[in-house]
Amino acid sequence: MTRESASQTAGPYLHIGLAPNAAGLPMFGGDLGARMVGDGAEGTRMVLTGEIRDGSGAAVTDALVEMWQADAAGHCPARDPAFTGWGRTTCDTAGRFRFETLRPGALDGQAPHVTLWIAARGIGLALQTRVYFPDAPENATDPVLSRVPESRRDTLIAAATPEGYNIKITLQGADETVFFDI
Amino acid sequence: MSGVFTGRLRTRATGLHPPADASAYRSTALRSPRHAPIQLPSTASEETGPVFGHDLIGPTDADLTRNFGPGGAIGEQIIVTGHLRDEGGRPVPQALIEIWQANAGGRYRHRNDGYTAPLDPGFGGCGRCLTDAQGAYAFRTIRPGAYPWPNGGNDWRPAHIHFSVFGAAFGQRLVTQMYFEGDPHIALCPIVQSVPDARAIDRLTARLDMDATIPFDARAWRFDITLRGLDATPFEGRP
Ligand SMILES: [Fe+3]
Repeated sequence: MTRESASQTAGPYLHIGLAPNAAGLPMFGGDLGARMVGDGAEGTRMVLTGEIRDGSGAAVTDALVEMWQADAAGHCPARDPAFTGWGRTTCDTAGRFRFETLRPGALDGQAPHVTLWIAARGIGLALQTRVYFPDAPENATDPVLSRVPESRRDTLIAAATPEGYNIKITLQGADETVFFDI
Repeated sequence: MSGVFTGRLRTRATGLHPPADASAYRSTALRSPRHAPIQLPSTASEETGPVFGHDLIGPTDADLTRNFGPGGAIGEQIIVTGHLRDEGGRPVPQALIEIWQANAGGRYRHRNDGYTAPLDPGFGGCGRCLTDAQGAYAFRTIRPGAYPWPNGGNDWRPAHIHFSVFGAAFGQRLVTQMYFEGDPHIALCPIVQSVPDARAIDRLTARLDMDATIPFDARAWRFDITLRGLDATPFEGRP
């Protein structure tokens, strides 16, 4: 059996490859993953924002963030034809990112959540984490959340904002985000 | 459904990928989590795959010599081709592969790249394609130049092409780099050498492929990619 190919960092210039238009290159008529929600999508619209900081507290401005989630009815992949369930965006000069999406429904046996995937210079194997919602009763019985040490669970719970939710991601240090190998 | 954890995705091999903190690659110092990632069997979230819009991928997107500016790219034209398979050897069809690279002089078309090599008006430096029914893919591009980078004072990246790959499941997502057989910088590069397994480095090294080489046109380099496979045995910790 051939094992998986080894990962390598995406390096400092990944935006030209994966979000060229955001990086100032007019290519392909637009960036993949830029629009998740189409007209007529069912469910509650929400904006998921976040910010990424390194071990010194500095903003990670060069990261690429992808997200993957269920549709409003809890189907993954989404069955709603007006919703892709997959988004891709870049961090800005303050290390912030933003997805305009739908609030996901609870998947079979799991609390509503969003999977985040983070690639950047200095990250040899892209980091995978999850975002849960502070007001979801299913969190209490979620099988993934329940396997995270209680003292670190808060790093996976977004904070409510006027337009949706915000998640703080810390790559290293005291409030280090929980990352998964799932 | 019997349980959330189905264990369908094979656990990532230990000692295959670069460790988070690879000290010779200095950018990892502040970006490496101190905690190991929490390892769990896969769930529906990892076993299903993104819908990115297959119809958006155009037939010319995979030709980096022509997909940007007028006139075509400067440099040695090459074909980069190979197969995408999973660890069980099964082809991964209709998968999105995206690549990006420096131009023939070793310069990226990126606002933060200040290397002295000139930009090429005919070269953007990114391309994409879908694998076919057999998991095969092909790009036409130019051979990228080596370039220096701020790390140890005199570090040069071997010539390389960055690859981003989707499989059928989001948990198979992979970003890597392809190197060229015979490049002396492979052995000297802290990023390459952060991969602990010499055989794994060898598999990131593309080989000259005379069968795929187009006579009087472009030499071909073969680069096969393997994604995480499915696990035959159920995960032991399954509830
Ligand atoms: Fe590079």
